[in-house]
Amino acid sequence: MAFDANGAVLAEPQGDAVVKVRDVVKFFGQLKVLDGVSLDVKAGDMVAIIGRSGSGKSTLLRCMNGLEDIQEGKIVICGHEVGYGQSNRADLRRDVGMVFQSYNLFPHLTVQRNITLALTLVKKKSKAEAQRLAEQVLDQVGLADKMLSYPEQLSGGQQQRVAIARSLALSPQVMLFDEVTSALDPELTVEVLRVMEDLAKGGMTMILVTHEMAFAQRVANQVVFMHKGKVWEAGPTRELFSSPKTSEFAQFIGTGL
Amino acid sequence: MAYKFNFSFLADRWPAFLEGAWLTVQLTVTSIALGFLVGTICAVLRVYGNGLTRRIVGAYVEIIRNTPLLVQMFIVYFGIASLGVKLSAEVSAVIALVINAGAYTTEIMRAGIESISKTQLEAADCLGLSRFDTIVHVVLLPAMERVYPALSSQFVLLMLASSVTSQISAEELTAVANVIQSDTYRSFEVYLIVAALYISLSFVYRFLFTLTGMILFVRRRKLGTAL
Repeated sequence: MAFDANGAVLAEPQGDAVVKVRDVVKFFGQLKVLDGVSLDVKAGDMVAIIGRSGSGKSTLLRCMNGLEDIQEGKIVICGHEVGYGQSNRADLRRDVGMVFQSYNLFPHLTVQRNITLALTLVKKKSKAEAQRLAEQVLDQVGLADKMLSYPEQLSGGQQQRVAIARSLALSPQVMLFDEVTSALDPELTVEVLRVMEDLAKGGMTMILVTHEMAFAQRVANQVVFMHKGKVWEAGPTRELFSSPKTSEFAQFIGTGL
Repeated sequence: MAYKFNFSFLADRWPAFLEGAWLTVQLTVTSIALGFLVGTICAVLRVYGNGLTRRIVGAYVEIIRNTPLLVQMFIVYFGIASLGVKLSAEVSAVIALVINAGAYTTEIMRAGIESISKTQLEAADCLGLSRFDTIVHVVLLPAMERVYPALSSQFVLLMLASSVTSQISAEELTAVANVIQSDTYRSFEVYLIVAALYISLSFVYRFLFTLTGMILFVRRRKLGTAL
């Protein structure tokens, strides 16, 4: 089940996958970063994409949100075909939220304005309504008292939670998390992961690229292991971790990376 | 033989100095405001525009930066007149100063805009902000903050350079001084007073720019922190 920022139950897409990735090929110059990637994500799934650095996992996530173009294949999210600089971008943006490794809050705006900016400019909400939503999502990430702070006055963990709240305020159907804890020390990582776990429990469809193996194993219900630009192994978390089919994946989880 | 200073002309000429200084303020405040607007728009076109706008803005900037202000002003003043449009010396002066300030502002703001990291643009994009909203709400203020010291000294330079508008008889501070020294033959004294007035104006401008900066850029950027 999926909830929007108001806690209301959203209509669920019946049966079909909300995210469909088909035979995607992506080059950076001569370098083939994605080599025929296919992937399905159902509503309410929490999918963890794991793999070594350079395996193409972040690139895959960025392609899903149209931040990178793809050379072959097809990506459809919430019924919108993703294309670099395509005209249905506004529809895609309405349904997909994204959180980055480097938070990317707007440094010159207060926490509140960071959240209300898109609500007022894109969703055309009134100022009062936008502020009410901002309060609500900040409360959800445990930062209700930071409304009027500037990003630089917050810790990394707090900034990342604001970034999650900012994305959440737009009531996305799917949220993408690109190594959101990689810049944080272990203590701050925990508070961010806790927020993400709450979101997953609330039924949000989430795709995350992560190095937090313990977290992926505990919270994600699907795991995708990428290797050399391919989906090397994928499936329900428990199954995958208890009986790795490939030596690469066995080695990867064995070294604890 | 020691030079004997004689400032007695000040007794009845001081209002003329102040009027000249006031016109300098009016000319330059108008030119700075409009020049900033022109320069900012051009900088945005130069960074985010298509090949054509980039080339047009590039040509504008290069032409202005490689010709003297005095010549630019004569071209504006006599050029417009030869098209049959009668403009006052003051209006012509403002047009020339705006064109000049716009070109320098373009280069300074361009540096600021280019310094905004790509990840800021991606974050705005992912929130669904249009290109226009992104530039206005996400890019411009932090860009301006980074180049603000360069911007404010460029504008103080413009105020000082406005003295050349005396050449098309805009009755600003330097023009007033030219008249008074030819009446009184106390050239040295007259230009000492003019210099003192320009210094005072510079300090006032710098103070106002600092104040404006403190109001515009609420958070204090710590050097070396990521933006």
